[in-house]
Amino acid sequence: MSEAAMTETGGVIPEGDPGVVADFSADKQTFHVPWGKAMMWIFLLSDTFIFGSFLTGYMKIRMSVTDAWPLPSEVFALSFGGDPIPLILIAIMTFVLISSSGTMAMAVNMGYRKDRNKTFWLMFATAVFGAMFVSMQAFEWTKLIVDEGVRPWYNPMGAAQFGATFFMITGFHGLHVSAGVIYLLVIAFRVKGGYYEKRGGNYEIVEIAGLYWHFVDLVWVFIFAFFYLW
Amino acid sequence: MAQEGQQHPLSIYFWIWGLLFVFSFFSYMVDYLNFQGGLRWGLILLFMFLKAGFIVAIFMHMKWERLALKVAILAPPVALLVLVWLMAIEADYTFLTRITFFGEGAPLSVHH
Repeated sequence: MSEAAMTETGGVIPEGDPGVVADFSADKQTFHVPWGKAMMWIFLLSDTFIFGSFLTGYMKIRMSVTDAWPLPSEVFALSFGGDPIPLILIAIMTFVLISSSGTMAMAVNMGYRKDRNKTFWLMFATAVFGAMFVSMQAFEWTKLIVDEGVRPWYNPMGAAQFGATFFMITGFHGLHVSAGVIYLLVIAFRVKGGYYEKRGGNYEIVEIAGLYWHFVDLVWVFIFAFFYLW
Repeated sequence: MAQEGQQHPLSIYFWIWGLLFVFSFFSYMVDYLNFQGGLRWGLILLFMFLKAGFIVAIFMHMKWERLALKVAILAPPVALLVLVWLMAIEADYTFLTRITFFGEGAPLSVHH
């Protein structure tokens, strides 16, 4: 799949292990990708450490409290007139976010094919899914705060630290999703309006936005596993 | 240096997309069917890493990037595993001391 990379002057850069050495010891640039893509990856790396620290803190707290930790499948169950279905809202939220990752991947592909219309609608769909996700999270928060009396410092269901960790982690994630929705809409409307045509017909920005969006989905994969399932 | 579009056939995205739904369903089932203990943890972690891996490799194109970028981005998070390990030790110790020294009826409580 990958042909040998070339320098500007036509020299061939080695692949594989010697390629790593060649890349890191190069005199002009290390990563042979557009600078925007490299910087987005580096930002996502830093964000990985942020969420990693939060999740590790949550782990430490949950392991060290002597009070029982509220059972997620009970806390996050919803009933539609019958027996409570455990984690149903979370399952729907996961479904929505995975769907959004799919539409985003297709948008990136359409962007490179320079199909501005499809790119716009797929990015728009991705943003809509994101907005749905945040709305459901807001509903969840409202239910916990208003109906169940969960506070960062206390909750009636178990260990007092549950609220602090839950709101901090899902809050940061929800903030990232919200920022992503805005980011996607800005880029989508720019694509639609021909902004990138005027700048050389380069649609790498769609892929760069896509990297951010997939990261948001990725963080949810970890939150879903560690907070709701564990 | 101009980067030609990273175009791969759309079909691979659909396959991985489908796989993500499948893994999510299985993850949900682990809780719904009330698996417990090592099996629960093992399956939760397995599906989590599978989903994460596919998202990074395929959706985020990492599979097709040069090794230098792969290493620069994927190697540092390994340090997080060290953090997790250290914090797990700390948490375990903290829990033990709380049980031993604090609260009513604790074995070595200084309160009488």
